[in-house]
Amino acid sequence: MLNYIIRRVLYAIPILIGVNLITFTLFFVVNTPDDMARMQLGIKRVTPEAIAKWKQERGYDKPLMFSSSDEGFAKLTNTIFFEKSAAMFAFRFGRADDGRDIAYEIKSRMVPSLAIALPVFLLGLGVYIVFALIMVFFRATYVDFWGVVLCVALMSISSLFYIIAGQFLISKLWHLVPISGYGQGLDAAKFLVLPVIIGVISGAGANTRWYRTLFLEEMGKDYVRTARAKGLPESIVLFGHVLRNAMIPILTGAVVVIPLLFLGSLIAESFFGIPGLGSYTIDAINSQDFAVVRAMVFLGSLLYIVGLILTDISYTLVDPRIRLE
Amino acid sequence: MSFKPVILWTDALVYLLVAALILFAWHVRRNEHLWAPWRRVGHSASGMAALTVLVFFVIIGLLDTVHLRPAVENNSGGETAYSVEVLSLFDVIATPLRTQVEKTYSAPFAAYLYARETIEHPGGGQTREFPRLKFGAAHLQDPETQLVTDIAWRAAAGGGLGLFFWCLAVASLALLLARRSGEAFLSMLSAIRRGATAIPWNAACITLALILVMCGAALALCGSYHILGTDKVGQDVFYQSLKSIRTGLVIGTLTTLMMLPFALLLGITAGYFRGWVDDVIQYLYTTLSSIPGVLLIAAAVLMTQVYMETHPELFDTVASRADLRLLFLCIILGVTSWTGLCRLLRGETLKLREMEYIQAAHAFGVSHWRILSRHILPNVMHIVLITTVMDFSGLVLAEAVLSYVGVGVDPSTISFGTMINAARLEMARDPMVWWSLLAAFSFMFALVLSANLFADAVQNAFDPRVKTLSARVGALRRKRREEPEAKSSPTRTEGSLPS
Amino acid sequence: MNAVLQINDLETILYTEAAPVRAVDGLTLQIMRGETFALLGESGCGKSITALSVMRLLPDSGEILGGSVRLGGEDLLLLPEAAMRGIRGKRISMIFQEPMLSLNPVMTVADQIGEVLQRHFNLRGAVAQKRIQEILNQVGIPDPARRMNEYPFQFSGGMKQRMMIAMALAGEPELLIADEPTTALDVTIQAQVLDLMRNLQQRDGMAILFITHDLSVAAEIAHRVGIMYAGEIVETATRDAFFRGPAHPYSRKLLASLPGRDKRRQGLRLAAISGNVPPLSHEFVGCRFADRCDHAWELCHEVAPGWTALAGEQQVRCHLFNQNWGSGVREQQFKDERRESAAQNSGKPDKSDTDTGTGLLNHESGVADSCLLSVTDLKVYFPIHKGFMKHVAGYVKAVDGVSLEICQGKTLALVGESGCGKTTVGKGILQLIPPTGGSVRYGGLELVGLERNRLRKLRAELQLIFQDPYSSLNPRMRIIDIIEEGMNALNIENDSKASHAERLSGTDRNKVDKLLDSVGLSPETKWRYPHEFSGGQRQRIAIARALAVNPKLIVCDEPTSALDVSVQAQILNLLKELQNNLGLAYLFITHNISVVEYIADEVAVMYLGRIVERGSVDEVLTSPRHPYTQALLSAVPVIEPESKRQVIHLHGDMPSPSHPPSGCHFHPRCPHVMPVCREAYPATSTFSSSHTARCYLYPQEQD
Repeated sequence: MLNYIIRRVLYAIPILIGVNLITFTLFFVVNTPDDMARMQLGIKRVTPEAIAKWKQERGYDKPLMFSSSDEGFAKLTNTIFFEKSAAMFAFRFGRADDGRDIAYEIKSRMVPSLAIALPVFLLGLGVYIVFALIMVFFRATYVDFWGVVLCVALMSISSLFYIIAGQFLISKLWHLVPISGYGQGLDAAKFLVLPVIIGVISGAGANTRWYRTLFLEEMGKDYVRTARAKGLPESIVLFGHVLRNAMIPILTGAVVVIPLLFLGSLIAESFFGIPGLGSYTIDAINSQDFAVVRAMVFLGSLLYIVGLILTDISYTLVDPRIRLE
Repeated sequence: MSFKPVILWTDALVYLLVAALILFAWHVRRNEHLWAPWRRVGHSASGMAALTVLVFFVIIGLLDTVHLRPAVENNSGGETAYSVEVLSLFDVIATPLRTQVEKTYSAPFAAYLYARETIEHPGGGQTREFPRLKFGAAHLQDPETQLVTDIAWRAAAGGGLGLFFWCLAVASLALLLARRSGEAFLSMLSAIRRGATAIPWNAACITLALILVMCGAALALCGSYHILGTDKVGQDVFYQSLKSIRTGLVIGTLTTLMMLPFALLLGITAGYFRGWVDDVIQYLYTTLSSIPGVLLIAAAVLMTQVYMETHPELFDTVASRADLRLLFLCIILGVTSWTGLCRLLRGETLKLREMEYIQAAHAFGVSHWRILSRHILPNVMHIVLITTVMDFSGLVLAEAVLSYVGVGVDPSTISFGTMINAARLEMARDPMVWWSLLAAFSFMFALVLSANLFADAVQNAFDPRVKTLSARVGALRRKRREEPEAKSSPTRTEGSLPS
Repeated sequence: MNAVLQINDLETILYTEAAPVRAVDGLTLQIMRGETFALLGESGCGKSITALSVMRLLPDSGEILGGSVRLGGEDLLLLPEAAMRGIRGKRISMIFQEPMLSLNPVMTVADQIGEVLQRHFNLRGAVAQKRIQEILNQVGIPDPARRMNEYPFQFSGGMKQRMMIAMALAGEPELLIADEPTTALDVTIQAQVLDLMRNLQQRDGMAILFITHDLSVAAEIAHRVGIMYAGEIVETATRDAFFRGPAHPYSRKLLASLPGRDKRRQGLRLAAISGNVPPLSHEFVGCRFADRCDHAWELCHEVAPGWTALAGEQQVRCHLFNQNWGSGVREQQFKDERRESAAQNSGKPDKSDTDTGTGLLNHESGVADSCLLSVTDLKVYFPIHKGFMKHVAGYVKAVDGVSLEICQGKTLALVGESGCGKTTVGKGILQLIPPTGGSVRYGGLELVGLERNRLRKLRAELQLIFQDPYSSLNPRMRIIDIIEEGMNALNIENDSKASHAERLSGTDRNKVDKLLDSVGLSPETKWRYPHEFSGGQRQRIAIARALAVNPKLIVCDEPTSALDVSVQAQILNLLKELQNNLGLAYLFITHNISVVEYIADEVAVMYLGRIVERGSVDEVLTSPRHPYTQALLSAVPVIEPESKRQVIHLHGDMPSPSHPPSGCHFHPRCPHVMPVCREAYPATSTFSSSHTARCYLYPQEQD
């Protein structure tokens, strides 16, 4: 068991290196640091000195992959690739264009992100499973039929509209909660209610339908027939047998995204003005702050890999077939 | 009017796609076993209704794909010069919509601008009032009294015309079907009405009626009104909504076209050859899929943006620049989204390679290439198809979000995303400018919903394991028809078992 | 005597995409207390749907249209669902075919049995625990106190079926419905389970509705049998009466289609029923079997026959026996035949040498003892990856030193239970799995390690027929493409020009027609796709595909085990015929002893990767030497009502080939185990020029 986890962790290393390679290629090879400098400083009338200064400030004034002017290991280490990669792995993300420390920003913005993402995740999981179970319980009736119709309709609406409509109706028309903003401590609750509700609704269609499919697939299996042949009532068949088996794919599918909750939601945060990592990323994209975007990409991948490892562990916890082998 | 045809990059790819689809359809039609599941798609009422809507959208999208540069009036004689503005066939048809630009916002069917302006009266003095629109309802003397009746009158006339065309269409359909099945025209017509035909033509006809009546009314009105209002720079929102369709369709289809080669090639080879090939490909897609999608897309789009900014010399017109950006977006979406399908295909191939007919092929010494192309590929195509139609709606939705985030299409390209993005900025305005949002919402909802319903029908027909919406409808209908009743068994046997 | 279960005119319909299927159509039967009623029939005749109708557990697409199902006088079909739940698991229990799928994988055995106790007896906690142990003890689970808290996947197939039985018994039912309970199990395990069911019935006196397609299993366990055909029962009788003299032409054909040694001795073709079971989607006018019946006349096509009582309890639904219709002459003639066929079945031929076989079997003539294929010490190991860097921690020794020879025109049967490595032997010989060691010589040429191109030339000589006719044909290819595939692949290598010219002249096409003709299919079928064919027809196509390249040796990997007996007979007949006409040699891999008796010249018995005994068919099957062979043969159910064979019960299951037991692999289960058996694998003991075994019970040869 422990052996297994250690192995999974070790597997993550080559993947992280691969991620680093991809991001490096994207950020430094597709466009040279010179291009980026020119872009940032305005396309025309840029002096070479200004470019050199821009590069030097960010530590981009080194060879990309291989430094022929250095000796020994320095040939490899005194390069943008090595320095930037090593810094990433040590969580030193450097400074944003506005001069703030990225690592500090990330740390302080995680909490607001989590404050929306976690309730959305937990509430959503519960709500979707309940609705899916209701539909499966009433399968082949009109409850199920209209439920699926509703799911498909909900799926067909862009999440942007959920947010806009929610803000318009609840905040602007009915003045129930503030349109946007964020507060400290318990004060934050009134700002969070709306984004959380909207988050749950916007995922409802696709997820409920997906869980319903999982449940139905499980319902078709032979052991369900056995359970019915024992004389068990349909509710016990559903909750005692089907749910337990269907929870394996549901839970493990959910575990993957748990670490990613830290990253928050890009659009919800920017619409509701919540100072989380999502809005941070959007701002960075809009202001073309490459260092921040790169840090977020790395962080996202890292969290995803953590999620994969957690998934493997959760499998061993949920499924006796894996736990005991 | 003379013109010079222009083929943009996405145009070329769309033509390629259309050609491929026609070829595919021809091939499917010739092979009964390939055609059978499609017939099942045709038997689903929701699928047929969705298909009708989709066909309508596709026609607009295709019209908007044929690009040209009109000749400019040139007095210097001799050579004809062509405008730098690239227009599509659709633009040409919708010239009044395109050119009737107001100053700024105006509400749907409004006769007046949405913002007050200071007007200098000829007799001196100035007032702030809502000025009349230049084009919207410009033909009316007294909008206050005439507006409603005029709109109703025109809408009714247009709707009636639509209805007329619909009758024509239904009649020719019935005639065609009657000719084919050798039935009388009227009995065929009533069969369609009752839904007694194998293909639920009634669903398609009802949808067609809705579309044609709405189109007729819209066409009749849009010449003299801005039926969905105008936006900040006074452009007609109805025109924008129609233009957005092409962008959505292009992103939904070309992305798939981009990812298919990766997913197919890598997925099948990984599953078939296993060993180190499998290890490498698995590593590749695990790595790529571990970068959160939006972030990877954002980073990639940012970088292409930089590239395009620093190499402006590569693009001769604004249109080709915007088009290239659209293409890059498709490529980036494709590159980041092939991993899911690849994983599915690898799994399926792993299963298939253990199938006995593959073993039999090995026993004949059939080459790997032939096994891959004759045995594996045809047997994974249904997965490819299902994934493709299922992904389409997701991609259309993704475009809006990406454009909102700022990594979507070029700001000069009209798309649902840019429409929402522009409208969102006016959210805080009081009274609200709601029509842009509503227009984008309705068009997008119609497109995505019909795509989803169609995907559902396709999935249902091609994947027997999934009992989705359309199968359920059938089950329900059946249940209702045959309410359980104590039915005495007919006398088929002369005696029963003596006990 | 009071009937426990009385079904009258049961009608069940299944809604399918195309048309509703009348899966059960006017079925009537009754089962007494303490009685086992075997419902016999081929696949798709509605047996399982009958069982599910009784339980009212039909799939969503099914619906009971009429009739009554009385359990001790109470009509189950009129009960509300809630009351029905009180009956399921309490008064009627059911066990299913696939024990591995029928148990909930994430619940412990104790929980699953406990549910029944809680639901029907309101037993919980320690009392329930005690009862669970008791029940597990009854079904023969060793160490129940510990094992009850394990999960289903920790048990072997046979043990899982015992769990299912335990679960069914927990409600102390009046009626047990067993739907093919032993079909997924090996013969030795099947013998254990049948024995268990018999004992439990004797103790508790419950009635059993035993559903099976296997005539010999029915003969083994049933008191009465009912033959089901196309949704209705066509004949019921006591077991003895039925197997002594089946009445309905269908029953007779079914029995006659069983392969066996006697049929082979007499040089008989197996009786195959022509045609297929009619689709149940349409209404029948006359007798359902009329189209396939040799004795049918006009009446049969016009009026459905009613029940006619024969001697004893035997009843049959056939016009041949109905006095009212004035068919006395036919009946007399038919009854003679009946006696005859029954005599054949019971293994005592009254005509010593029949000429009915159209001179098919003449295996004495093929004495040309040039060995086509000789395999020596073949080993196929699969590495087990484990640990940190996935290093190879061990090997699954699927095949561990197998030696055999096959001569031209002969059939060697490789017999063994599932997991013994017999399929791997076949694939190892054909080089579809690279062998780990040993040698495979074909006509003097070593195949192991032969390079791909040279091997490809030999591929035409060695071909393969698979078990599952549904996965052995590519669903996306037409029959002509399937058959031509091998021809093209191999011809291109040989002389591409010639074959190209040939193809232009159209001889290639003719060859496909001839091939289809030789396997009994019409040439027009070549334009169709596999899904349009039934299982037996698909297997014919697979045979045609193999024949297309003119092979000398065909490895037949359980070619009939997925087929119904009547279809199996067709395929076995075809294989025999082809052997006689073309001089083919077969390596026939199977677990079915009666097929071996019918088709094989020589037999090799495999256990856990090794051959434990070989010899000619007569030697091995009449005087088996190895204890495993003896146990295996004794476990095979037989039809002869008189035979009082003693089943040798093997304990436990076959061990995993990754950790074979030390010494003789069979020693943990062997009834004759000696200390020496645990130490080293025994050497060969020779009994005749062809008969050898590896067991310490016999004098060991020094190599």
